[in-house]
Amino acid sequence: MEDLSSLIAGFQVALSWQNVGFMAIGVVLGIIVGVLPGLGGPNGVAILLPLTFGMDPTSAIILLSSIYWGALFGGAITSILFNIPGEAWSVATTFDGYPMAVQGKAAEALTAAFTASFIGALSGVILITFVAPLVASFALRFGPAEFFAVFLLTFCSFIGMGRENRAKILASLCIGFLLAAVGLDSISGDLRMTFGSTELMRGFDFLIVVIGLFGVSEILLTVEEGLVFKGKQATIDLKVVLRTWAGLPRYWATLARSSLVGMWMGVTPGGAIAASFMGYGLAKRFSRRGANFGKGEIEGVLAPETAAHAAGTSALLPMLALGIPGSATAAVLLGGLLVWGLQPGPMLFVEQKDFVWGLIASMYLGNLAGLIIVLATVPLFAAIMRIPFSFVAPVILIVCAIGAYTISNSIFDIWLMLIFGIVGYVFKKLDYPLAPLVLALVLGDRAEDAFRQALLGSGGSLGVFVANGLVTTLVALAMILLFWGPVSDLIGAVRRRSGRAGKAAEAAE
Amino acid sequence: MSAHPEGETPRGLSRRPVELVTAAILIALAFVVLWDSYGRGAGWDNGPQNGFFPARVGWLFLAAALFILVQSFRAENSVFVTFAQLGQVSRVLGPLVLFVALIQPLGLYVAASIFILVFMGVVATSRWWSIVLTAILVPIVCFWIFELQFRVPLPKGPLEAMLGY
Amino acid sequence: MKQHWLAAGAALAAATTPALAWEPTKAIEIVVPFSAGGASDQMARTMQGIIQKNNLTSQPIIVVNKPAAGGAEGMLDIQKSAGDPHKLITTSSGIFMTPMATKLPLNWTEYTPIAMMAQDSFVLWVNAKAPYQTAGDFMTAAKAASPSLKIGGTSSKREDNLIVFGMEKAGGVKFAYIPHTSGGQASTQLSGDHIDASTNNPAEDVANWRGGATRPICVFSEQKMTYSTPVADGKSWADIPTCASQGLNVSYQMLRGMFMPGKVTKEQQAFYVDLFKKVSETPEWKDYLARSALVPDYRDGEAFVTFLKADEEKHAKLMGDAGFTAK
Repeated sequence: MEDLSSLIAGFQVALSWQNVGFMAIGVVLGIIVGVLPGLGGPNGVAILLPLTFGMDPTSAIILLSSIYWGALFGGAITSILFNIPGEAWSVATTFDGYPMAVQGKAAEALTAAFTASFIGALSGVILITFVAPLVASFALRFGPAEFFAVFLLTFCSFIGMGRENRAKILASLCIGFLLAAVGLDSISGDLRMTFGSTELMRGFDFLIVVIGLFGVSEILLTVEEGLVFKGKQATIDLKVVLRTWAGLPRYWATLARSSLVGMWMGVTPGGAIAASFMGYGLAKRFSRRGANFGKGEIEGVLAPETAAHAAGTSALLPMLALGIPGSATAAVLLGGLLVWGLQPGPMLFVEQKDFVWGLIASMYLGNLAGLIIVLATVPLFAAIMRIPFSFVAPVILIVCAIGAYTISNSIFDIWLMLIFGIVGYVFKKLDYPLAPLVLALVLGDRAEDAFRQALLGSGGSLGVFVANGLVTTLVALAMILLFWGPVSDLIGAVRRRSGRAGKAAEAAE
Repeated sequence: MSAHPEGETPRGLSRRPVELVTAAILIALAFVVLWDSYGRGAGWDNGPQNGFFPARVGWLFLAAALFILVQSFRAENSVFVTFAQLGQVSRVLGPLVLFVALIQPLGLYVAASIFILVFMGVVATSRWWSIVLTAILVPIVCFWIFELQFRVPLPKGPLEAMLGY
Repeated sequence: MKQHWLAAGAALAAATTPALAWEPTKAIEIVVPFSAGGASDQMARTMQGIIQKNNLTSQPIIVVNKPAAGGAEGMLDIQKSAGDPHKLITTSSGIFMTPMATKLPLNWTEYTPIAMMAQDSFVLWVNAKAPYQTAGDFMTAAKAASPSLKIGGTSSKREDNLIVFGMEKAGGVKFAYIPHTSGGQASTQLSGDHIDASTNNPAEDVANWRGGATRPICVFSEQKMTYSTPVADGKSWADIPTCASQGLNVSYQMLRGMFMPGKVTKEQQAFYVDLFKKVSETPEWKDYLARSALVPDYRDGEAFVTFLKADEEKHAKLMGDAGFTAK
């Protein structure tokens, strides 16, 4: 098999001492970038870029892609410890990761998240290694109608299962969609809901809303109970890693499901964000412990992390094969390619074989190096929870403010963060679910764009959404997932009512 | 601090008015959205116009908010937040608002330093020297990481200008 | 991390001896008002590489994408940064069109022009398997098609949209123009056969042309492109006929240039003019021009400003005719 020998040659390139050293440096730098919301991949690369000119392109891209791995791992840390997701795909990780930290199981949650990331990424890399050409041609089958169907599927898998007050779920979802619609509408080229304000013209950036809704509001809720961390103290040592690992095989079904969902979403350009929400939603639906989700269930950490990283990694494939970056960090890698005069696209696999296979080999190794390094830091990060609250809280708030500011260098955004912090506090206390809001905010305008692109092409006919087998299947699946929850509730309610009809009538008197 | 004698209901803001006010704000927002969307055209002109989606979402939003409003009258009333808790929250929120307000005139680093002083002073669980040390060290570390190492420019004020940045 | 301490020292020295020319004292930010992977982004990242590789400045270059609001986010950012000599923006004709289409308070005369680096052409692309061989074939098919043929491009009421409007007027036909967020996306959709054609710049579609997924029909320029090295199928950019020669009389080119914020000093402006002049003379830049099939057209100073004024008038008319100007 030709591919396999190319891969082995790739390993030989990637495994030189020098390249392993670069991997370690890249991963550590990436973790720092991932933990501090104000730092983006582009800055890290800008610093390293001059250093890489002396290297051959393969070493250079190994260094840069290791930053990518580090940043992926690093994003989970703040989600779990402080309820602040640094990237959109870490939002679902907070749902169970933060409650675990509150219960004193921060180290377990971190270990689970890192291991899940590794498993997800590994399945993505395996996919890239063996079925690259097949997958790339499959991705081409996705037109606007299919894109819309994928987003619809994500919404339905996540919303249909909600058991909170349905009016509040709906309100929260609507707020997310409306926030996403603010700013320039890319289809008509007009501004919407900006009311003449240039600050609103940028629209609401996901990170600002999430830092406020999740991070700042959580600190406000925490202080209600006194000025201490909610986290219980637990003994922390590296043995916790082994203990957590021992428990993981039980969740093989969740891990496998999330890997599949992630790979699917990564290839169909639904992306890591959609994958993490869908992974979480499906795990909640199908797990025996589904009812405990949201209260600190380890499966609720494993599911979104595995899916997000399987998707993130598989998404590198369209980038290499088609030249479209799936995320800002992937864009940085793309930039790296361009600087060395490598043109991403279908010909990269043919013309730059050594480079491509070196990169793929480095994905295996960088991922492994990343896992080892982050696991070694688990006790360090878990120990942050022991620092007195009065020291850590202001630092977290300052870093949040920096993160909000750096997105578009605007102090207005720090005010927005503060306002969303108060909104989040009130919403949490009134039992408005925040997850649908975030989901709609992140995917809402992309779903709308895809929908309208599809209709522009069809001349306004809704028939495009059932025009071929692929899109019809996706839409049908979405409908099944949407109505599964309410229908099964209804059936349950009817059964109970018919059983108790007589008694109920008496009680009503 | 938030402990209360057994058997006595803690005094505080009750839940119903908060629910009502929130629902009312949401309804108002829904009207703003509808007004804006219909102003730009929310119909179907060879495919949806640009106000089509926001308008449909706006109607759904209005319906949900109205339902929540009605629901909140029927729901059992309970304490939304006790006054003691509200006091705690404002001890964080107050300094935080001050911090954000000071960023414009003083720059982020000086504002952060003042924020730490005020916050830790109000909370008053640490010794004065550790407060002062934190207030000086945290901004310096931030400056080192963001400004010097990663070259992310953050808002700066008169102090930084004096020092030549 | 030693070098920037030295640079800071040098800057201090420079501040005390005003006779020395201005030098940047911290990282230089290039704002790209489009998303990563597009033609503007590729240009910025190539310049980043050239400047750092050849040590043309002592400070690193950071490329920042600010694509929100059709590039207006990036332009507003520059408008707000008046007086900041460490910021640059890559521009296209969007510098006139965004304010016209949105009524946003933006005006290029409030920026400091540095240099025009090149002009970019637009090409009519179709899927490699499509039956059309000439622009004539395509327009004939468009007349008969129902629903209308789909043409993809970047953004709404911008360059691609203008070209499609021009095609409709020239051929008396109707197209369904489908806006995408980047040319790369339009190219992928074309190679997946979800749209019938695209009006991408050469650089945005070259990868798929070489990969055998898409094919150029004609170029929307008055003259053919000049690069005669074969690109794909033994054909070169120079082999692509002009659209006018095939009976489709539409031509349009777009500037690619660099601006910095307003209210900067003459010395600061001179530094960057000099920097980009050097960039435009490097062999790497010439390689890039050839690879992206850009029309070499370096202008700075008065020549650039004159060009901008003429180009703005032309766009005001085009936008007005197409009904894209905001009321």
